[in-house]
Amino acid sequence: MRIAVCIKQVPTREWQPRIDESRRGVREQDASFEMNEPDAYALEEALRLREKHGGEVVACTAGPARASQVLREALARGADRAIHVEDDRLKSIGTDAFVLAGALADAVRGEKFDLVLTGLQSDDLGAAQTGVILAERLGLPHATIVMEVQVQEPHVRVKRELEGGWFKWVQMPLPALVTIQSGINQLRYATLKGIMAAKKKEIRKVAPVSLPPARTAIVGLEVPPKTKQTELISGSPADAAKELVDKLKNQARVIE
Amino acid sequence: MIVVVAEQQRGKLHRASWEAIAAAQELAGDEPIAAIVLGADTAGAASELSQAAVSAVRVIDSPLVEPYTPDAYVDALEKAIGELKPSHVVLAHTYRARDFAPKLAARLDRALVTDCVGIRRGEKTTYLRPVYQGKLVAEVAAEGEPPHFVSVQIGAFRGDAARRGPAPAPVTPLGIAVEPSAIRQKAEEPFQEARQAVDLSQAERIVAVGRGIKAQEHLALAEKLASALGAQLAASRPICDSGWLPMERQVGSSGQTVAPKLYIALGISGAIQHVVGMKGARTIVAVNKDPDAPIFEIADYGIVGDLFEIVPAMINELQKA
Repeated sequence: MRIAVCIKQVPTREWQPRIDESRRGVREQDASFEMNEPDAYALEEALRLREKHGGEVVACTAGPARASQVLREALARGADRAIHVEDDRLKSIGTDAFVLAGALADAVRGEKFDLVLTGLQSDDLGAAQTGVILAERLGLPHATIVMEVQVQEPHVRVKRELEGGWFKWVQMPLPALVTIQSGINQLRYATLKGIMAAKKKEIRKVAPVSLPPARTAIVGLEVPPKTKQTELISGSPADAAKELVDKLKNQARVIE
Repeated sequence: MIVVVAEQQRGKLHRASWEAIAAAQELAGDEPIAAIVLGADTAGAASELSQAAVSAVRVIDSPLVEPYTPDAYVDALEKAIGELKPSHVVLAHTYRARDFAPKLAARLDRALVTDCVGIRRGEKTTYLRPVYQGKLVAEVAAEGEPPHFVSVQIGAFRGDAARRGPAPAPVTPLGIAVEPSAIRQKAEEPFQEARQAVDLSQAERIVAVGRGIKAQEHLALAEKLASALGAQLAASRPICDSGWLPMERQVGSSGQTVAPKLYIALGISGAIQHVVGMKGARTIVAVNKDPDAPIFEIADYGIVGDLFEIVPAMINELQKA
């Protein structure tokens, strides 16, 4: 099986974004970056499928030069090679899903993959669009929010998560695109051997053939309004705990 | 015209479809609204939709759109949109909409703004949606030709506030033939995993842990607090993803929805996927070292600090009494 995994580099979850002077973007120079978590699960699933069915796993990303880091990491975890669609117009964290999917489609199209995996959404913008738009651009059938993948050539059967603890199985012909839900598997981490081996693996840089126009634009960023009056309790841990327990007993009356 | 794509399952309308109608009414101004429902047996859902203040309910009744597949929905809705020529298409941001809406928007090459929590009408209408795990809200403009697709976050618009009409809206079929060869997915019946042994929805008090707990062995500390409070232990998704607690203890959009008297969130940042499952709690306490964590926006009481210092002090305090 030839499997592509599309990975986005996103700011770390711990990062507190600050709005920049334009009020439309964030101060990216303050950010540190990591592999989008759902994409890490997609990568792990691809590696497991390769272990079962043979073939190769190709990590793909679209982004500025810094995004190469997530490809290095994917290679260290076991991906065979990588493709980096690099372009200045992919520089901003706020890049629209149509543009990203268009860039990825250019990289993936010629490779004749059997399966394209990606995370269900990104931890930064969370639009949950790129994977599905990519499926359309590649002319592939797709399924989203998947918690199990069974390859039964020439088909793939996947378990989709629905709301409220429900699931359903969906079968479709290969080649296909599947977006992966976090928690589908247990992640492996790169070993020292993997990190060393990654240095010899290829990251092919490609320029997008033609980027489509963005369909959405962030015209402003705001700090979310508070919906509740939060009573912040300060002091030493012992004092704060004492005050909190007292308030829960005598003010909120939720404990005896 | 504004089109609302409603959602039904076995003839029953998804309650978030009312929220999509409420959003469409806010967006519409004087524009008429048509609600579309697809399925093999749409009568029940269509009749419920006809109570809304909409100009029409249009049904796509076809065995080919039941059970749901994204290919059938995209084919049917592409044709429906071609006929109705709406300015906007509004959907609830359900798991189903997340599956087909980006494909439909991509097929038509039209803008899609997902997971919206607000609409700002103006010369150029914009949409508010959370970004960076809810730490910021982005105001987003849809670019290019209409229709613009908008999906609204579940719970962000009030379904019970959607205006009802003075008389039922007419229900008429849309004459659309779904192309069988367009459908590549084959869907099986939905199912639930083994019956859940823990029913958190009945719990009076819940102590929930998130990423801030850092390691599985630290769960014992949270357990100790839970037992001192007579509370159930729960977690946000990443904890269950890591296998530290069983999935049945997960609170959030993909887990259980709870409404206890007391909910103590330990090291939980407050991502929307978690918050939708617990915002109905009467009293919410957040302990988090990050003062900017979104959980503090919905907490009644907050302590900014190290949970590994504060929780032992709380246990100590509770045991004193």
